[in-house]
Amino acid sequence: MTAYIIRRLFATLPVMAVVTVFVFFLLRLAPGDPAAIIAGDDATAADLEAVRAKLGLNLPIHEQFGLWIWRLAQGDLGVSIFSDLPVTRLIAQRVEPTLALTLSTLFVAVSLAIPVGVIAAWQARKLADRAVMVFAVLGFAIPGFLAAYILIWIFAVKLQLLPVQGYRPIGQGFWPFVEGLILPSIALGVTYMALIARITRASMLEVLSQDYIRTANSKGLATKRVLLLHALKNAAVPIVTVIGIGIALLISGVVITETVFNIPGLGRLTVDAVLKHDYPIVQGLIMVFAAAKVLVNLMIDISYAFLDPRIRY
Amino acid sequence: MTTNFTSRIARAALAAAALALAAPPGAALAQEKVLKAVLHADVRVIDPIWTTQTIANIHGMLVYDTLFGNDVNMVPKPQMVGKYEISADKLTYTFTLRDGLKFSDGSAVTSKDAIASLQRWGKKDGVGIRLFSFVDKMEAVDDKTFKMMLKQPYGMVLESLGKTNSSVAVIMREKEAQTDHNTQVKESIGSGPFMMLKDQWVPGSKAVYVKNPHYVPRPGNEPPSSFAGSKIAGVDRIELIWIADSQTAMSALINGEVDFYENPGIDFLPILAKARGVKLMKTGDLDGTHGMIRLNHLHPPFDNVKARQAMYHLINQEDFLRAIVGDAEYYRVCHGLITCGSPLANDGGSAMLKDYNPKKALQLLKEAGYKGEPITILATTDHNTITPATQVLIQAMREAGINLDVQSMDWGSVVSRRAKKEPPAQGGWNIFITTTGGVGSANPVLHTWIGAACDKGLFGWPCDAKIEELRNAYAFAQTDEEKKKIARELQTRAIEQVVYIPFGQWSTPLAYRADRLEGIVPNTGLTVLWGIRKK
Repeated sequence: MTAYIIRRLFATLPVMAVVTVFVFFLLRLAPGDPAAIIAGDDATAADLEAVRAKLGLNLPIHEQFGLWIWRLAQGDLGVSIFSDLPVTRLIAQRVEPTLALTLSTLFVAVSLAIPVGVIAAWQARKLADRAVMVFAVLGFAIPGFLAAYILIWIFAVKLQLLPVQGYRPIGQGFWPFVEGLILPSIALGVTYMALIARITRASMLEVLSQDYIRTANSKGLATKRVLLLHALKNAAVPIVTVIGIGIALLISGVVITETVFNIPGLGRLTVDAVLKHDYPIVQGLIMVFAAAKVLVNLMIDISYAFLDPRIRY
Repeated sequence: MTTNFTSRIARAALAAAALALAAPPGAALAQEKVLKAVLHADVRVIDPIWTTQTIANIHGMLVYDTLFGNDVNMVPKPQMVGKYEISADKLTYTFTLRDGLKFSDGSAVTSKDAIASLQRWGKKDGVGIRLFSFVDKMEAVDDKTFKMMLKQPYGMVLESLGKTNSSVAVIMREKEAQTDHNTQVKESIGSGPFMMLKDQWVPGSKAVYVKNPHYVPRPGNEPPSSFAGSKIAGVDRIELIWIADSQTAMSALINGEVDFYENPGIDFLPILAKARGVKLMKTGDLDGTHGMIRLNHLHPPFDNVKARQAMYHLINQEDFLRAIVGDAEYYRVCHGLITCGSPLANDGGSAMLKDYNPKKALQLLKEAGYKGEPITILATTDHNTITPATQVLIQAMREAGINLDVQSMDWGSVVSRRAKKEPPAQGGWNIFITTTGGVGSANPVLHTWIGAACDKGLFGWPCDAKIEELRNAYAFAQTDEEKKKIARELQTRAIEQVVYIPFGQWSTPLAYRADRLEGIVPNTGLTVLWGIRKK
């Protein structure tokens, strides 16, 4: 297993290299000029050129790439074109809100969707199953931002139970931390819940039709025991795979959710940096996202071995 | 007995310590008066000279002070300056700083700081560059007094120093002011009413300011008016919270999570007007926005004045304003290039702007030699006002039978491409649309878009010596009558030459929690946050 993990970690290096090259050149090919934003509406061509020169944007593209790679090799992601602050500091400021939102969404989604999926499979083609399927269809159909606005209107503006926006670090108190995450987690988690619930149901239905489940039932085991110990464990691999895919989806989902709920996380930072053509930030963020994705996939693959003894690396 | 008492005291002390530890850090903040404001953008740049971004200047005016500040009527009033003298020949200005002025780090403000700051500003800002083209030299007389010697008796020295729109002439420490004007300063230390807590700054999310303990307001408690008057900090702390989504910002204001919302979307105004505790406040014509269509004077067909004038007949301002704003309460048809509602507004040349006649437009274009070649228009796709205005123009031109090459792109790309002087077929352009502020457009010298300085001018490069002569003459005019006469002549000439085509002016009100705030300061160009008090 250790050799496998080391092998996989080494395999991420070419992936990250490809990401590095693509990100750098795609950003430069995209239309827009940060110098024009800084110089303002009244800037002359000479003003623009002067700003470009100061930012190093007038250098040939291969030189800019070389400089970036050189700094990256030293662990330096550069500084923001606009705020002049280190990209590492800007990313570090935003990690906690995104991590909190992602984990709370995962918690809400997994803790609700798996039981619901199990019940739907157990009660297949009955009322509970149909209700779950209706929820799953709606969950897929309603865009996250629309769910967010509806939740804000009902629970924040009308009932005034929860805040509209913002993020309070856990250092400011547990309840302020939690109350700011409830609506964003539900809004972000709805699609995710629907996905996990459907996969859980489908996977459980397949397992429940197996001979060993019939045997377990014949032995007179309690339904709860059959469902949770015999069926769910054997249905877990596809569910875990979907949770892993879902984490990747969450990374893109947080962009919208963080914008609507004004959470200062990595998603918002990405959107702002892209709109402002703040190249060093976008480059740094994509490296972080790519690394996170690779690591999540690795963790999912490793978890297979624990869930299914037949899988060995 | 003593032991029990001591033990009780110890237990109480322990309990108090535990409670203090358990209390969230926010509890201390609850004692402070905090203004939570959502502005039109986030503070991303802390140098108001390096960029023209309005938000950087709002930040700048919280942290820094200026020698003069223009009031809502654009009259310059002393700020950091205690007394000043203008020589009889109007060539020497002697400024003396007020007593006791200090930067937020506790160091004294000196003449050297003022001179270095003005010199840096004079290399970067359009108004500053113009002023410094008339400045012979500046010299410090002592720590508090300095002189500005002019080559010619330029009449707009004080107005320029007190300007209220972009790139305000703020006074920095000499150390920062010596930074190259194309490099951003690293520190934000000024002598203004607030100071920035840089360690709490999250670019793209929040910027925090607290009262500057070293700030010395103007004596006499003068009522604040735009940049003039006493800048009394009405709250202990200001949090500029950036909420990108305007619907979320509106909900946060209604819910009381923020106190002040600088520019709510037009669509949300009816909801905000009905919301309990929320009030809308119009900021006036001078704080408005002007729409303008810029034609490229370098290339056919608009290198011909007749073709440019033909475009006037395609413009019905109401069509544009309805598309951008919708509610007539917030827009104004303005057949002039100088801000309607401002002291210099006039009707010189405006008759040319009132004849909406698409057939005549096409006929004039043909007479000017237009044979149906594609006209390249830079169509912005991501701007809340320029995008709909561009669509209205495209429709009007197509309906008139004009062949268009519509190049759709984001605003950043328009900003880049409009600087290209090549012919449209080689990456240049014929038309783009932009906006400008009402404050700048109210003054012939500050209104850079009315200029016609050929290669040295703004994109579109209109070229007319008479226009430049009139702008210079305005700067040297001594009486109000003379200024009005020149402004009228200038507008007439600029409309004849079609430096740009106006399509109206509009202003959106700001929204705030009237149940919590008082003392909102009227402004001209930049939102003013000092003076606002929490009830």
